[in-house]
Amino acid sequence: MKNLKYIIAGIFFGIILVKSQVLSWFRIQEMFQLTSFHMYGVIGTAVIIGIISVQLIKRFDIKTIKGAPIVIPDKTFHKGNIIGGLIFGIGWAITGACPGPLFAQIGAGFTAVVITLLSAIAGTWVYGALKNKLPH
Amino acid sequence: MQVLTYLQHPWHWAVAGVLIGLTVPLLLILDNKTFGISSSLRHICAACIPANISFFKYDWKKESWNLFFIAGILIGGFIANSLLHDSANIQVAAATQERLATYGIRDYSALLPADIHLFTLKGLVFFVFGGFLVGFGTRYAGGCTSGHAIMGLSNLQWPSLVATICFMAGGFFSANLIVPYLFKWLS
Repeated sequence: MKNLKYIIAGIFFGIILVKSQVLSWFRIQEMFQLTSFHMYGVIGTAVIIGIISVQLIKRFDIKTIKGAPIVIPDKTFHKGNIIGGLIFGIGWAITGACPGPLFAQIGAGFTAVVITLLSAIAGTWVYGALKNKLPH
Repeated sequence: MQVLTYLQHPWHWAVAGVLIGLTVPLLLILDNKTFGISSSLRHICAACIPANISFFKYDWKKESWNLFFIAGILIGGFIANSLLHDSANIQVAAATQERLATYGIRDYSALLPADIHLFTLKGLVFFVFGGFLVGFGTRYAGGCTSGHAIMGLSNLQWPSLVATICFMAGGFFSANLIVPYLFKWLS
């Protein structure tokens, strides 16, 4: 099955999210209360490793396992990066979860988080319905 | 079994950071997939409740790797919590513990506070209202912490830098000016 590799990658990612405690509501409160370096350490290290990886891929023209060239689409700026970003930040501090951790929290047995997930799906749907009326 | 005991302890931030960072090249090398999780929520809408909305009319099956990835995250969460479970309390900074005590939160036995119950007004705001903002905000912003803060910054995309700064600004505002009042008013 061609998607098995993504399930395995997801399993590793889910384990990392739990064991690093970045999906913990407490760790998110610490981050926004500036009382712990933990989250800054995780995100900062991840970004540095990510930048180095992407630069190496570009510099050495590394291919995918199928031999195709790696292409990363550029992102274009729109007002949603600001407005949506602020809205997400507010929700992030309340729920203590961004989309990845939501799934890991449910897997880790916090069944009430299913409601958060359903609500996040509803939020995505409402965005889709209102998209043309929102500033971009 | 010493390795297992070691894995059961909470992992150092640098270890987690390196491994999360490596997810970026892993997905690129597997098949040109750009790391990002919030788009899975859009695919779920497109697959289940498209409602003739143009934003949800696209070939979501082409992007379905993302749905397998989140299924993996779910399984990973289960494995981590069963096989690699650490029974000690979550170690939270003293200053934050002091503040959370004023909110009525004193239980540190799990990753999420056991003091917030779903079927209360407080719980509804946290799970339902908070979740809605996460879904609406990430889609409006065009990505979340994985898509913008990790993938976007890794590729030196300035829209992602703007989005990440706004995630943080919204979070600081919310954690310091909204969350404390939510707890006071809704307790």
